[in-house]
Amino acid sequence: MDTSMKKLPPKPVDQKKRVAHWALAIVTILLIVWSCTGIDFGGIKQTAGQIAGAIFSGIFHPDWSYVYNGTGEDLVSQLWDTVCIAFLGTFISAIISLPFAFWAAHTRHKKWYVSRVGKIVLAIIRSFPEIVLALMFIKAVGPGSAAGVLALGFHSVGMLAKLFSEAIENLEDGPNEAVTAAGGSKTNVVMFSILPNLLPALISNTLYRFDVSIRSASVLGLVGAGGIGYPLIIALQYRQWNRVGIILLGIIIMVIVIDWISGWIRKKLV
Amino acid sequence: MSSTEEETLMTLPKKKFKILNLLWIILFVVGLVVSTKVTKTSLGALFANFGQFADIFLQMLHPNWSYLGAVIPLILETIKMAILGTVIGSILAFVYSLLIARNIVKNKAVTGILRVIMNIIRTVPDLLLGAIFVAIVGIGPVAGILALAICTFGIVVKLFYEAIETIDPGPIEALTAVGANKLQIIVFAVLPQVMTYFISYCLYAFEINVRASTVLGYIGAGGIGLYLQETLQVFDYPKTGTIIIAIILVVVLIDYVSSKSREALMK
Repeated sequence: MDTSMKKLPPKPVDQKKRVAHWALAIVTILLIVWSCTGIDFGGIKQTAGQIAGAIFSGIFHPDWSYVYNGTGEDLVSQLWDTVCIAFLGTFISAIISLPFAFWAAHTRHKKWYVSRVGKIVLAIIRSFPEIVLALMFIKAVGPGSAAGVLALGFHSVGMLAKLFSEAIENLEDGPNEAVTAAGGSKTNVVMFSILPNLLPALISNTLYRFDVSIRSASVLGLVGAGGIGYPLIIALQYRQWNRVGIILLGIIIMVIVIDWISGWIRKKLV
Repeated sequence: MSSTEEETLMTLPKKKFKILNLLWIILFVVGLVVSTKVTKTSLGALFANFGQFADIFLQMLHPNWSYLGAVIPLILETIKMAILGTVIGSILAFVYSLLIARNIVKNKAVTGILRVIMNIIRTVPDLLLGAIFVAIVGIGPVAGILALAICTFGIVVKLFYEAIETIDPGPIEALTAVGANKLQIIVFAVLPQVMTYFISYCLYAFEINVRASTVLGYIGAGGIGLYLQETLQVFDYPKTGTIIIAIILVVVLIDYVSSKSREALMK
């Protein structure tokens, strides 16, 4: 019987690719091994399991009295504070982002180094730790939500302007040329061609950033810049696990609701 | 041609006025006013005290270079945390994604429940996770690694299971037809199609982790953030400046390398 049909032909081998893949794999493994060295895994508290259990049971037996008590220090008003910080912060950053975006966008009408410098500036803004920025603003306007708004507003520029500039780069030249051909001035080009084509992308990116800002705003409270983070860290320090539970629940619900709303708006927009 | 007709040709057609757009704008303005009031933000206060802000900034711009020797070991620890967090998180994400992809696990109840759990995990921000893990396992890098692992998990699972669900079903059907079991289907039909995506998503999560890990130390979860907190507390801004410059350099460098390798991978 002819057995040649029962065997698959040998796999084609690309020697160069194979070597490269193995080299990459070895480098990755070495990196992982290196990261395991020098980190003290023995420092885990004996009570770790117990506390984790306490937090878990706290989530299922939350401190309902904290939800609303009218003092302004309760969960609902702190969450509302957080949403407001994120909203205003995102708005401020959207406005600051526009000029940065036009600066960093790589278009045909600009020297390449101009947009490259803009991109580097944005990368630096993105990498500047948000918490440090918040502390600097606390020095300027005092502790509270206002510092959080300003920190968010300036920090988000790094990411938002990058997204905006990508939207600008993706614009087509056709509509601009059409307006110019019909005798439109520079302002007309901006008004009738650039803005209408850009606006959906801008709004969608800003909404996306709002989702991220909600998460950031709930963190900024850890350093005293307003929002839900502050009561959470206090509850953790005083070991009020039931309160930790209700705050976590509140944050989770808030983030899910906001994500859902902004997703809905974005879907309508497209 | 009559003159009125000519006039209508000269003007642009009027846009239809939409009441809904007006409502959106009103809602937006109300939102701005309310949030300004709630957060008590005033640009006046910012400009009045802008000198203090600028002063801190200027001090940071004159970094204390002799401090760099103390910063580098902790920067390395930060990178180690980010790597370990990424590895642990992406291994978990790998298994979990296979469990919630509807073209692999057909049971809708199982995938549905697992997806709800995933979406809940995804909502908690990294620093809050860090704070919680510090409370659980105590101060140190282990808390940071755990927080980063969960963050990575949230990022990678979402992207990876969507990638799995959009694969070409042909190879799966072919393997099912020749009688392969679940594991064989996954190894020979699913993974070859999605592995490059998985690696790319892990690298993406790694970029985010490097960024996040630099501040985790601020709340005691290990890494360079610890010095950030110490120097800020004693108002030693030149030292803070050194740390921030080191952080920015590392983050931008790793971002660049990682995004370039992602591009190469996806080619």
